[in-house]
Amino acid sequence: MKVLVAVKRVVDYNVKVRVKPDNSGVDLANVKMSMNPFCEIAVEEAVRLKEKGVASEIVVVSIGPAQAQEQLRTALALGADRAVLVESADELNSLAVAKLLKAVVDKEQPQLVILGKQAIDSDNNQTGQMLAALTGYAQGTFASKVEVSGDKANVTREIDGGLQTVALNLPAIVTTDLRLNEPRYASLPNIMKAKKKPLETLTPDALGVSTASTVKTIKVEAPAARGAGIKVKSVAELVEKLKTEAKVI
Amino acid sequence: MTILVIAENTNSALAPATLNTVGAAQKIGGDIHVLVAGQGVGAVAEVAAKIAGVAKVLVADNAAFAHQLPENVAPLVAELGKSYSHVLAAATSNGKNILPRVAAQLDVDQISEIVSVESPDTFKRPIYAGNAIATVQSSAAVKVITVRATGFDAVAAEGGSAAIENVSAGGDAGKSAFVGEELAKSDRPELTAAKIVVSGGRGMQNGDNFKHLYTLADKLGAAVGASRAAVDAGFVPNDMQVGQTGKIVAPQLYIAVGISGAIQHLAGMKDSKVIVAINKDEEAPIFQVADYGLVADLFEAVPELEKLV
Repeated sequence: MKVLVAVKRVVDYNVKVRVKPDNSGVDLANVKMSMNPFCEIAVEEAVRLKEKGVASEIVVVSIGPAQAQEQLRTALALGADRAVLVESADELNSLAVAKLLKAVVDKEQPQLVILGKQAIDSDNNQTGQMLAALTGYAQGTFASKVEVSGDKANVTREIDGGLQTVALNLPAIVTTDLRLNEPRYASLPNIMKAKKKPLETLTPDALGVSTASTVKTIKVEAPAARGAGIKVKSVAELVEKLKTEAKVI
Repeated sequence: MTILVIAENTNSALAPATLNTVGAAQKIGGDIHVLVAGQGVGAVAEVAAKIAGVAKVLVADNAAFAHQLPENVAPLVAELGKSYSHVLAAATSNGKNILPRVAAQLDVDQISEIVSVESPDTFKRPIYAGNAIATVQSSAAVKVITVRATGFDAVAAEGGSAAIENVSAGGDAGKSAFVGEELAKSDRPELTAAKIVVSGGRGMQNGDNFKHLYTLADKLGAAVGASRAAVDAGFVPNDMQVGQTGKIVAPQLYIAVGISGAIQHLAGMKDSKVIVAINKDEEAPIFQVADYGLVADLFEAVPELEKLV
């Protein structure tokens, strides 16, 4: 079966972002960018499904600026077969991304679509669920285990109280949680081979999708700063402070 | 303006996060209706009807809603939601699972994890793991929003007397089925609602050593959390994880034991009123946000702390 994986180019998770002085957003100039960590897990899961003989082809798709090609090449080096870039310089909201992905799903007809559960920049946790709504497919969000057999996928999900397992009819949408797998590193020969793999570029216009949005960001501010407090010398002093100064115990 | 709040429930009990969500709805203003969807939820509806400030409780009792499968619940919420100005749910794993599906069905953007209401169409929400706060404005006919429970005070669970009305809508979409669940059992307070949280990190070294934290927590009436490092190392189950990818907590007192304080962990706890860090590495980033820091070996400090409190 064919598996479609969506990946996003985001600021690297180790970077401490700074808000721009004019409050228009965070400063991403000259900041290290990487594949969103949850998307890496999605790619790894697809590659493992292929290694198990469940998946026959892995198509990786990204929606974003021309530079997102780097993240697609990374996914190709990790084992994806071909890539699709829907190029858009604008920062798109989840619904617009879901609509573009729906257009790609219609074109590619995958049996399984794997996404990360959330991007670490916008922290929305929406796209997979929205894509499921638009396609009418079942959704297995926050997956920590995926088993495909026949025309069903059993997905174990991380929920607030523990774990829940659901059976989804294929085609279906799965979003990955951190514990689904441990992504591999791309080897140099695979990085070289990835350069020769096909990468198709599309535009929202070519897909006939409007990326208009009902939400706009008015401003972005730094959170209230929380300064360091004091260092106490002993446990007795700590307990004393908590009782008399902070009055929390 | 009428607001629909989706009740977080387990068929037999109403989750406390629902009270915070109603709190957020009150900040928006207008009539507040609560939807209780599930199987055999009559008792939950009675409890929801008593919440202060709720005008009406809608009950959707159907076997298809028993496990809150989004394929079945989202069409119900989207259908009802059309006649409301706002649809709100707590940003729990259920709320996050269902609400974006509802928003897409209504063809509107969804706003995730708001922490404050500026006006009926303008909200604040954290982005980049809480390192920036975005103010967003929605022009959608129906504003679909998840609410970070720790950002809003809970309303009183008693004092209301809402009318209860049955709604008959939807059913099994036939796309998914519940197979089973494995819930972690605990007598301690729920992590996201606890007044005191004691959390352990990689410094705990193994799962057995968490017993020191459990004893301390029991003495304080606290919940026990963990960093991702502790969860990944298999010390504790993942539903104890505090952070950007786990639970968001904002207790009165957060005690971080053997936790370095990575960005992702801070995202889940830095709104706590008082933060205490116990770590033997005095350079650990956690000390930059801790009100009280103790540089010490946790295996000596924690038992001593337990004796003194």
